[in-house]
Amino acid sequence: MRRRWIAPSAVVWLVVAAAFFLIPLIATLLFSLRSIQTNKCCSGAAYSLIVHDHQFWSTIRLSFQLALETIAISLLLFVPTVYWVHLKLPRLRPVLSLMALVPFVVPPIVLVVGLLNLYKGAPSWFYDKPYGFLATAYVILAFPYMFFALDAGFRSIDLHTLTEASQSLGAGWGTTLTRVILPNIRVAALGGSFLTLAIVMGEFTIASLSAFKTFPPYIQVVNESQPYEAAALSLLSFLIVWAAMLALVLVGRGRPRPAQVAATR
Amino acid sequence: MIVGAFKNAHGGATLHHMHQIVQQPYRDQYWLTIKVSLITAGVGSFLGLCIAYAMIREGTPRFLRTILTTFSGVAANFAGIPLAFAFIATLGTIGIATTFIKDHLGYDLYAHGFTIFGQTGVELTYLYFQIPLMILVIAPAIDGLRAEWREAASNLGATSWQFWRYVGIPVLLPSILGAFILLFGNSFSAYATAYGLAGNSVFLIPITIGFYYSGNVVSDPHFAQALAFGMFVVLAVMMLLYVPLQRRSARWMR
Amino acid sequence: MAYLELHELRRAFGPVVALDGIQIELAAGEFLSLLGPSGCGKTTALRLVAGFDRPDSGSIVIDGKDITRLSPNRRDMGMVFQAYSLFPNLTTEQNVEFGLRIRKHKRGARRKRVAELLELVGLGHAGKRFPHQLSGGMQQRVALARALAIEPRVLLLDEPLSALDAKVRVQLREEIRRIQTQLGITTLYVTHDQEEALSVSDHVAVMWSGRIEQVGTPSEMYGAPATPFVAEFIGTMNRLQAVVVDGDRGEVEHAGTLLTVDAARGRSRGEKVLVLVRPELLELEPSTNGSTAGDNTLGGEVVTHTFLGSVTRLKIQGREAELIADVPTARVDSLPVGQPIVAHVPTAGTRLLSLNEEPASDEPDQDGR
Repeated sequence: MRRRWIAPSAVVWLVVAAAFFLIPLIATLLFSLRSIQTNKCCSGAAYSLIVHDHQFWSTIRLSFQLALETIAISLLLFVPTVYWVHLKLPRLRPVLSLMALVPFVVPPIVLVVGLLNLYKGAPSWFYDKPYGFLATAYVILAFPYMFFALDAGFRSIDLHTLTEASQSLGAGWGTTLTRVILPNIRVAALGGSFLTLAIVMGEFTIASLSAFKTFPPYIQVVNESQPYEAAALSLLSFLIVWAAMLALVLVGRGRPRPAQVAATR
Repeated sequence: MIVGAFKNAHGGATLHHMHQIVQQPYRDQYWLTIKVSLITAGVGSFLGLCIAYAMIREGTPRFLRTILTTFSGVAANFAGIPLAFAFIATLGTIGIATTFIKDHLGYDLYAHGFTIFGQTGVELTYLYFQIPLMILVIAPAIDGLRAEWREAASNLGATSWQFWRYVGIPVLLPSILGAFILLFGNSFSAYATAYGLAGNSVFLIPITIGFYYSGNVVSDPHFAQALAFGMFVVLAVMMLLYVPLQRRSARWMR
Repeated sequence: MAYLELHELRRAFGPVVALDGIQIELAAGEFLSLLGPSGCGKTTALRLVAGFDRPDSGSIVIDGKDITRLSPNRRDMGMVFQAYSLFPNLTTEQNVEFGLRIRKHKRGARRKRVAELLELVGLGHAGKRFPHQLSGGMQQRVALARALAIEPRVLLLDEPLSALDAKVRVQLREEIRRIQTQLGITTLYVTHDQEEALSVSDHVAVMWSGRIEQVGTPSEMYGAPATPFVAEFIGTMNRLQAVVVDGDRGEVEHAGTLLTVDAARGRSRGEKVLVLVRPELLELEPSTNGSTAGDNTLGGEVVTHTFLGSVTRLKIQGREAELIADVPTARVDSLPVGQPIVAHVPTAGTRLLSLNEEPASDEPDQDGR
C-alpha cells in the first residue's frame, strides 16, 4: 500500500536464499558440460550421449506414460467421488480428507513395503507390469494432491445450484458432470494433474524397489558409471518439474493457489 | 491395506522382529534418522521462516515473491535422485563448488573432514527441499500477520524485537509447529535422496529397509516390514508430542 | 497556544499527492475530527502523527517539541485502528496491559490500571477473553482502553467505528466522547462519516484531495459551508446554478425565475453563482393551477418519497434542476407522487458560492493511497 524501500535484512535473506537455491543448479549445469576426456569445460558430449541412448528414451517414455495413466485413473476415480461427496454426502468429506492424509504421512518406503506384500498373490499381468502395479501405487501416492486440488475446486463453485440448474434444464447425471461441472473445475483438475505429473516423473523409491525401469532409476544407473551424464539428466529432471510447476501457476493464475507440494523424496 | 502389511509383520514369530529392531545397529540407525530429521526440520524451519518473511514483508517488490514462490514449488518437488546428483556435482569430490573453493579460496573441504556423502552432506541436501517446503507452508501464516498488530505494538511503545517476542512469534507458533512436524516427516521418510547420495555410507532407516527389501542383498521382507513398522511408531510418537504442544500454542484461537 | 500542531505537512506517494501542505492546530483537550471521502489524505495525516510514515516536508509539533522524526514507539500516542488491531494471542487484560508491560510498570500498578480502564469502557467482565471471543464493538472498546492505558499525549482514532453496525456505532461514538471529555485528552479523530464527525467533535476539518477545505465547529460547517465541496459533503444540499441580476436587492436568476436571497447582496451583476439551500429549508405547497404562485418560488412535480422517520424526503423534478426537500412526515399526505408543487426558497438562511472559484472537478473520488 505504502511505498517503502526494501529492508536491508530482507535483502540479505533473499540473497542467501538465491545463492543456496541457484548454486547447485549452476554447478550441475557446469558439471554436465565438462568434457569426458579432459574433465574441463565445455563440451556437449554428455547431452549427445544421452539422446543417443535408447534406454533414456524408453525410460522417460515409460515414466511419461505412467504419469498419463495415473492422471487418467485418478481423474476418473476421484472427480465423480469428490463430486458426489460434495453434493450428497458432505459429512463424509472430513473422512475423505483424513484418508487423503494417509499417503502423505506414510513414508513411501513403508507404502511400498505394504503394497508389495498386499499384491504378492495378484496375477502376473498386474503384479509384474508397471502399468498395473506401479500405476496403482502412484494413484495412491497422488491421491492427496488430486483430492485436495479437486476439493478446493469444488468448494469454490456453487455445486448445488449448478447441478440443480442443469437438471431442471433436462440434463441427466452424466451430462451434468461432463458438460456443466467439469468445465467449472477444469483448473483444479489440471492443477492436480500437473502435480501428479511431477510426482510420477520423479518417483524413485517405489519404482526401484519393485524393480521397474522408469526414468529416476535410470538416472541412478547412469550415475554409477557416467557422472557427467547423470548431471545432465538431473538438470533435465529439474526442468520437467519446472515445466509442470510453471503450467500449474499458469492455469491457476488469478485463482486460489492450488497445493504446490508433491514430492518424492 | 497398510494395516494388513503390518499384521503380517506380526505373523509367526513376530515379537522376535520387534525385539530385533531396537537392537544395534538398528537402534543407532533410527536415532540417526531422527537426528537428521530434527536438524533439517529445525534449520529448514528457521531459514524458511526468515526467507518467507523477507519475501512477504512490506517493501519487498511483489515480483520477487512470485518468483520465489514458484521456485519453492519446484525446489520442494525437486528431490530424490536428481537432487542427490545436483549436490554431488556441486560439492562432491570433484564437484564444481569443491574445486572452486580449493582453487580460488585455497581451502580443501575434503581435507577438513567434509563429505557430501556423510551426515552433514545429507542434511545439507535435504535442506534444498526442506527450506522451500517451509516457505510454501508458512507464507499464508505470515500473510495473516496484520500490519495493524505491528503498528499497534510500536504505537504502544514496543520495539520491533518486543513485537516479535510478545505477538509475532506467539501468533505464528501454531503454524510453525505444524510446519516443523511436516518437515520432520518429510525428512524422516526421505529415501531416494539419501540413496542417491550416500546409499552406502549413511545408514538411515529407509535405506536399510530398502536393502532388506530389494533382494540385492539378503532379502528379508518380514524384517523390512518390522523396520517400516518402527518408522510408523516414530512418526506416531512425534504426532503425540505435537498435538498437545499445538493445542497449547493455539489456545487463543478457540 | 496549540498543543498539537501539524505544520504544512506534505506527503506524496509517487505521483499521487496524498497531503498537499495541511495545517491543523489542536488545543489541549480538544476533540478534532478529520472528515473527508476516502483517499482525501485524512488517514495519511493521522499516520504521520502516529509516526508510521514520514512527511516529505513540514513538521509535527507537540507541546512545543518537534517530533517529526521521532520513531512511533517513542511518541506516546494512543491509537485506535479501524478493526482487528487487538493482539489475537493475548486476552483482553493482556492487550490493555501491553503498553504498561513495555514501559516496565510494576505488576500491581498494571493490574489496577487495567481494571480501571476495563471498567471505564464497560468491559470489566470480559478481561479473560480472547479477542476473537468478543464482538466487533467490544473489540473496539478494548482497543480504546489499550490506547488510553499508556496515558497518551494524544489519542488518535482511525475510523474506529467503520467496521461496526449502525446501532453499535452510535452508542460507541457517544461513549468515546464521554470518555474523552472525562479524561480531557487531546483527540484526533478520522472519519468519512459526517454525522459521526459533527456529533462528537469540538472542531471538524473537512479534507479533500490532500487539502483542508474548511475548519470549524460542527454548526459552522453545517450552517456556513465555505466551499462547494463542504456544502455538498456535509448534509444534503440543493445546488441551484444562478446568475446575479441585481446585487443591491440580492436578486439572482435561476432557470428563468427571479429569486431574492440575502446572500446575493453586494455581488456584481452577471456573476455566476451557486445558491445553496438545505432540504429542510424548502417549503412545499401543492400547486393547484400549475403556475408559480408568489415570490421566491420554484415550480415542480413530486417524483419520489423516501421515508426517513420524522421527516420524509421528497425528490422534485423542477424546470431545470432536481430539488430535494424534507417535509414533516405528518404533512406528506398532501404531497403525493405526481403532485405539482411550488417550493418556497427562503430569503435568509440561503448560502451563495461564487462559481468562478469552484475547482474544475466536483468529484471527490481521488484515491490518494
